[in-house]
Amino acid sequence: MEDTLDIAVIGGGPAGLSAAINAVLRNKSVKIFTNALNYLQKAEKVDNYLGFYNISGQELMEKFVDHANKLNVSFEYGKVIDIMKYNDMFMINFNGKIINAKAVVLALGITKEKMLNNEEKLLGKGISYCATCDGALYKGKNIAVYGNADDIIEEANFLSSLGANVNYITVKKDIKGLNQNINVINGIISDIIGDNKLEGIIINDKYIKLDGLFLLRNSIAPNSIVKDLILEDGYIVVNRNMETNIKGIYACGDCKGKPLQISKATGEGLVAAQNAAKYIDKLKEMI
Amino acid sequence: MSEIRHPNKEELNEILKNNALVLVDFYASWCMPCKMLSPVIEEIAKEYEGKVVVCKIDIDENEELANEYNIMSVPTVIIFKNNENVEEIIGLNNKSKYTRALDE
Repeated sequence: MEDTLDIAVIGGGPAGLSAAINAVLRNKSVKIFTNALNYLQKAEKVDNYLGFYNISGQELMEKFVDHANKLNVSFEYGKVIDIMKYNDMFMINFNGKIINAKAVVLALGITKEKMLNNEEKLLGKGISYCATCDGALYKGKNIAVYGNADDIIEEANFLSSLGANVNYITVKKDIKGLNQNINVINGIISDIIGDNKLEGIIINDKYIKLDGLFLLRNSIAPNSIVKDLILEDGYIVVNRNMETNIKGIYACGDCKGKPLQISKATGEGLVAAQNAAKYIDKLKEMI
Repeated sequence: MSEIRHPNKEELNEILKNNALVLVDFYASWCMPCKMLSPVIEEIAKEYEGKVVVCKIDIDENEELANEYNIMSVPTVIIFKNNENVEEIIGLNNKSKYTRALDE
């Protein structure tokens, strides 16, 4: 088993980066687990971040990352599938690898994609968010892969290599690197059919029978990653210390509510990290 | 000592017939969340010793059972009361979710 981190920060946007540098400044071991891209990078101009008049999102993000690098914050790129509390620790399923941490700071940003009809109901009953986790169960079965994940082509190829009959559903016209035996369907899923298990999907007004549907997105709903996490209108509920309803888990930035602004995110990142650090110091006293 | 059983199809049927409360954890050796759940299941086996029979079934070794119970994601935990499937808990969950289902 790997060493236990003090604080695992999930998300590498402004809130996550701010949490990470503040954790370092409190002498805590910390690591950021994140996707490659952040929304801020795509923002053309940022006009309201104090001290950086008329800067581009890309430039500001580079400065943030540079700051974190100078403090030796380390990053791992990939997807967090599950976080589970076990005694006074958290186990994080990151790309099929277990990471242990004493406290967790969620800086997940917001999910722009809406859930599909019946998605929640059929999760684990034919619908999966994780090719590495469930892929082997669909050997010889008819499945579809759908979503905006950066690594969706690799995942589709991986599922195909496990022996599944893979259909890749996408609106993209220019697809590179996909295995030749994968069937490409151009379109959008408008409905998912099934009662106790997935039966099929509706795409371009046509019904396609399926055994499995892999919904691979860059972000997963917070309460799907952390079971029992309390949300309100899709945002994580926290108190003014950025504590969620689960002791040892903090949330900051866009994932905990509006306004979705950088200065709010960095401020909340600081509050979350400082309180996570305090929480860890208290754990030590108890032992 | 608390004991976790690893039954095959016939043994599982026997266990279900003869015990009022049975927890079955369907898992796979390659499944990370299953590994995360494992210590939780062990704890439950200890705490509920004498009250619950805890079984673990490797779905790759027991494909027939996995098909019979329609396992499409691992881990899947099924709670049986008097040989009846009363709750199916899919994915990795906190310990309380399993113990609540047992206590009900």
